[in-house]
This record gives sequence, C-alpha cells and structure tokens, in this order.
Amino acid sequence: MHPLRKRRLILILVMVSGIAVATGFALVAFNQNLMFFFTPSDVKAGKAPSNRLFRMGGMVVDGSVKKSDTSTEVWFDITDNEKTVTVKYNGILPDLFREGQGIITKGKLNEKGEFIAEEVLAKHDENYMPPEVAATMKKKKPAYIKE
Amino acid sequence: MIPEFGQFALVMALVSALVQATLPLIGTAKNIPAWVSVARPAAQAQFLSLLISFGCLVYVFIQNDFTVLYAAENSNTKLPLAFRISAVWGAHEGSLLLWALALGLWTYAVTIFSKKIPDVMIARVLSVMGLISIGFILFILVTSNPFERIFPAPLEGRDLNPLLQDFGLVIHPPMLYMGYVGLSVAFAFAIAAMLAGRLDAAWARWSRPWTNIAWVFLTVGIALGSWWAYYELGWGGWWFWDPVENASFMPWLAATARIHSLAVTEKRGSFKAWTVLLAIFAFSLSLLGTFLVRSGVLTSVHSFASDPERGLFILVFLVIVVGGSLSLYAWRAPTIKSTSRFALFSKETALLLNNILLVVAAASILLGTLYPLIIDALGVGKISVGPPYFNSVFVPIMVPLVALMGVGVLVRWKQDSLQRMQKHLLIYLFISVALGVLSTLAMPRFTTGGMIATTLAWWVVLNMGYSFKQRFKAKAISWQSLKKTPRAIYGMHIAHVGIAVFTVGVTLTSVYSTEKDVMLTPGESYSLAGYDFKFTGSKQMTGPNYQGYRGHVIVSKDGQVIADMEPEKRVYNVRRNPMTEAAIDAGFTRDLFVAMGEPRGKQGGWALRIYHKPFIRWIWLGALIMAFGGLLSATDKRYRKAK
Repeated sequence: MHPLRKRRLILILVMVSGIAVATGFALVAFNQNLMFFFTPSDVKAGKAPSNRLFRMGGMVVDGSVKKSDTSTEVWFDITDNEKTVTVKYNGILPDLFREGQGIITKGKLNEKGEFIAEEVLAKHDENYMPPEVAATMKKKKPAYIKE
Repeated sequence: MIPEFGQFALVMALVSALVQATLPLIGTAKNIPAWVSVARPAAQAQFLSLLISFGCLVYVFIQNDFTVLYAAENSNTKLPLAFRISAVWGAHEGSLLLWALALGLWTYAVTIFSKKIPDVMIARVLSVMGLISIGFILFILVTSNPFERIFPAPLEGRDLNPLLQDFGLVIHPPMLYMGYVGLSVAFAFAIAAMLAGRLDAAWARWSRPWTNIAWVFLTVGIALGSWWAYYELGWGGWWFWDPVENASFMPWLAATARIHSLAVTEKRGSFKAWTVLLAIFAFSLSLLGTFLVRSGVLTSVHSFASDPERGLFILVFLVIVVGGSLSLYAWRAPTIKSTSRFALFSKETALLLNNILLVVAAASILLGTLYPLIIDALGVGKISVGPPYFNSVFVPIMVPLVALMGVGVLVRWKQDSLQRMQKHLLIYLFISVALGVLSTLAMPRFTTGGMIATTLAWWVVLNMGYSFKQRFKAKAISWQSLKKTPRAIYGMHIAHVGIAVFTVGVTLTSVYSTEKDVMLTPGESYSLAGYDFKFTGSKQMTGPNYQGYRGHVIVSKDGQVIADMEPEKRVYNVRRNPMTEAAIDAGFTRDLFVAMGEPRGKQGGWALRIYHKPFIRWIWLGALIMAFGGLLSATDKRYRKAK
C-alpha cells in the first residue's frame, strides 16, 4: 500500500475505534443509569421495579410529614390524587419541600412497600411544578377542581 | 413614561438591527460601498438603543415602579438596592433583554476592534449578527415584553426569588451570557467567510481572539455558577450534571475544541472546514442551551414556570439558524481546501485527537441531556439520566485527553518522530508517577483515583514547564527574552496548568469528601474527618426582608478552636420560602461547610448538614487560571495584524 494511504488508514482506524469505544462506554453507562419515573398509582399497581432505583413524583399529602426527634429520619406521603405511597428519608429535606408541594424523589421500594428515598428534589421556584408531576396531576384532577 | 420609552428604544433597536442585517449584505453582494458602510453605524445605533432600553428597565426597578408587571413580580421595596438592580435579570423577560444587550455589546465591540479588517468582511459579520439580533429582539417584543403594565398596580412587589438574592447571581448571568453570546461573533465570522468564499490564515487570525474572549467569559460564567450552587443552594455540591449546567458546558466543550482547531487553521492551513463547522456547533449549542433553559421542557433546578409558546419560538429560531448555517456549509464546504499535509505523528494529529475527544464528550452529554426529552416526546415513558451516566462517560474521555495534553504541547508541527521524544517522555512519565504516588500518600488514605489524577496533574504541569523552557533552547532565559515571548505562548501554557489544578480539585474533592446529615441538640458535638463540630444552639434573627435563625457551631481540631461558624436559616417575608445560608470556612486545601436543616425535637435541636471538602477551591481556582490563560492569548498583539 502507498505509505500515505497507509498512514491515512491508520489514522482513520484509530479514530473509528476510539469513537466505537466511546460509544460502547456511553451505551453501557446509559443502560445502567437510565432512571424511570413512576407515579404513586403505578407503584401501587406493582409497575415499579423492586430492586432498582427509580424516581417517583407527586404532591406531598397535607399533614403527612412526621419527623423523628432524635435523628434526621423523616416520613411523608406522596399522592397523585388517586393512590398514596409512604416515603421514608434519612437526611435534610430541601428548603422548598413542604406539604402540598409537588416534588420528585429518587429511591427504592422495601419489602413493606415503603419508598426508601435517597434523594428528595424540590425546585427553585415555588410556583414551579416538575413537568412529570404536572402531567400526573392533570390526568387525575381532584374532585374539588371543576372542569 | 419611562417603561414606554424603554419599549420604544427596543423597537428602535429592532429597526437598527433590520438595517444592519440587510443593507450591508446586499451592499457586499451588489458592490455598493455606501450600503456596506452602513453596517458600523447601524450596529452602534442598535447597541445604543438596547442600552437605553435596558437602562429604562433598571430605572423601573430602582424606582419600584410596580405598574410594570415584571417589576411587580420580581422586586420589592424592602429589597436592597444592589439586588433590585440584579433582579432585572432575575427572571425570564429581563434575562432575555440582558441576552440581547450582550449581543449588542459584542456587535459594538466588533465595530470598534476591527479597524484593520476589510470593510466588506466586517459588513458581512455585522449582518449575520444583526440577523441573530432580529430574532432575539422579536422574541422579547412578541412573547416576553418586560415593559408590560398591569392595572391596577399592586402596592408592593412579590419580591425576588430569595435564592437569587445573592452576590453570585449579580455577576453569574452577565458573565455566562457574555460567553454564550460571544460565540455568535465566531459564528458570524465563519458564516461571513463562507459567504465570501475566503477561509485563509488571516480569517483564522481575526476570529481567534474573539473565540478566546467568549471562551474566557464562558469559563468564568460556568465557574461562578458552580461556586454559587455550592454555597447558596446549601447542597454543598459543585456540579450536578443538571440539564441547564450541561447546556452551558456543551458550548464550552465545542468552543474549547474550536480554539484548538483554529490554531491548526491559522498556523498550517488545515482543518478549515472543520473549524467552520465547530463555530456553527458552538453557537448552535449555546442557542440550544437558551432554548432548554427558557422553554421549561426540562426537569431542572433552573426551570422556572414558563409558557410553551416561548419554547416554540426559540425552537423555530434554532431550526432556522442551525438549518440555514448548515445548508450554507453544505453548499460551500466542497470549495474549502486545506493547503497542507501532515504526518501521522505531528501536532496536527494531536490536535485532531483533542478535537475528537472534546466533540465526543460534548456529544455524549448532549445524548444524556436530550434523550429523556425525545423519549417523552415519543410517548414511550418518562425517564431521567442521572449523574452516574455522565460521570462514567465523561471521566474515561477526559483521562486520555489530559494525558495527551502533555505530549501534544511538545510535538512539532507537520512531522515529528516518537524516537526524538521517547527518552524525555519516559523520564517525565516516571517522575510524574513518582510525584503522583507521593502526593496521594500525603492524603488521608491511598486511592487509585487520587493517584491517577495527581499523576496526570504533575504530568501536565511538568510538560508545560518543559515545553516553555524548550522555546529558549540554548539561549539563556532572560528578562528580555521573556518579554519578547508572545502572550499567546504564556496563555496556552497557563491555561493548561489550569486544567491540571482543576483535575486535582475535582478528583480529590469527589474521592476524599465526607458529608453527614446529623441531628444535634445544643451542647452536642459531632466529629468528622478529624474536626469536632460543636453545636452551641441557635438564635432568632431579623434581616431587612427576612426573618430566621442563626446557629452557632464551634469547630476545633486537636483541642484547638479553628473556626466559629454561623449558618442561617431564613424565611423571606414576601415569598415565604425558607432559605439555607450555609456557613463555610474556606481554605486552600479544604473547606468546612455547615448548613442548617430544620429544627427537631423540643430541646432546641437542629438537623445539620456537615461537610469536609478537601481541595474544592482548586476547582474554581483551576477555572480562573484557565480563564486568565485565555485572556492572555486573546490580547496577543499578533492577532491584531491586518494581514
């Protein structure tokens, strides 16, 4: 082969294999780290995985927040106005977390069907509703909201 | 009257932009010098109008004129003056006006600092920038008018989002926008060059400083955002792979790639088409960022309630800009010829690898950012891609990039041989590994991650030093010879050292940080990473527009008190949202961080968040060093030559 062509071929091979490796990395990482979103109704219907992290969103039920006096443990209920799931979290809740607020939480289910949260997210803006939660709530409007 | 005047000025800016975008472009095509010369004055008129318009909005905020809806929603009479001014860009409408103003400022800068560039070229550049201006000013006037009045006017405003009442916010958005918008100059130069069919070394030299300066702003803007998130959000993290952060990081990666490919285009006349394409990518990514932030399609900490019409407008604008410029590229690219060849082992190849790695990194971030949107739009389900994805993809790309940096800086243009460098590389590799191991042994425990990072950092720093010294060869390094060395050479070496510092900061922080949420009653203490945190209690306090609690934590090490920390929990009077003001004891090699969670129990106990973060300052220090290097390069005299 012509030396110039050979050089080009090597260069192209290096580039292609580099990109292939990177794509491989990306796809593997992707599969492992995709996180699905479920509503409390999905969770109650058994659609959520039992051994994998997932995200759940909804409104914090009024009066449901219980805090431990001796540790940083917290319990609260999340609802999509149809079904309610109890969430257990050990840590400090974000500033914008409050009852009646739309939130998203990341975690796993335990055997009792409680959601053990690793992370609780509430947003910058008090009027802001995460799109996932907004979609959930719109589908199931509570009885007191008239069309 | 003032708000109406502001709006009128905005309309005047639109008119100037229309003139600036059309007449000079037609003038260059039809060879009418009078029309070509309209470009500069029109651009200056546009900037002046925008400045007046922006000034009017600032005036509205200073005067607490709540007949203006935007001010009523984002300001308050009790808000301190500095924050009343920064509130102007605290929400959607005003931040877009700031975007437009930044674009006006860049356009104005082009008219000033381009005296030596041919008028025809500048006319084209200004026309392209005018077209972008038209899009943005129209967007403001049609969907997001900041001067809209309300009737009846409220007596008091709804106040600025408390998170934004902070010095970080006063400077972070202007910096970031200057960076985002600055990429439009490089973009305009690329489009203008394609229109003219002139892509030569002179063109590359003209567009280098502009790309560098935009990159400097972007670097500082991102670093400020990260710093702000660290101390103000009360999370103690510095980067979250949040879609909006990604939106600013992708253009940064593209711009970084472009800086490197421009070097090849200018010095060797290669990579021309690719350099043009990168200019299009970088600016498109910054528009995409604006779209992501402003449309509310993403779940992000930065997403604010917003309406879909705005998203649609930016999306259409994005399609026009990307589609138009790529079509032009497709039409013109075949005529672009690279004028030089290079061997497999050469600086060109090293820079090519650099570009591939940076673009692959940007692409994988783009994938992770947009994938959830695409899946959602297809109605398949709702998913999110979290930080583990980004970390596991990004880090393996960055390791070879940083390793390559040490070699790339030493390799010669056109052709070089491995034999020539073999000995040096082996010795330096050995020294770097030795120093890396020693550095890691000095840490609390040995980790492979820490060792790799410190080795890479030493590798980069040593090779930069060697490369700098090489420039003088046999000559003795004297004050004279140092003075004669072009600034770009200093800038390049310094910016790369910045990367080394940044790498150390990032890795050591993520490997050695300890974080704990604990519940403490007054008098109790908690020990973390060798530091004793004693909580002595909390007091009520009142600020200008908030009330809250101030906690007191005494930190000691080996029985010696080293810091008194006073974290606060505030509740703002108007918006009623609580805010965490973390107390940070900053240090060169470690930060201590205490944030108040919430009161617990009946004995005055609080849930506290306590962090020990080694080397976290190095992250921002590294970014600032990079930015400084970029600034030095951008001000190199050689770039101001005409030919």
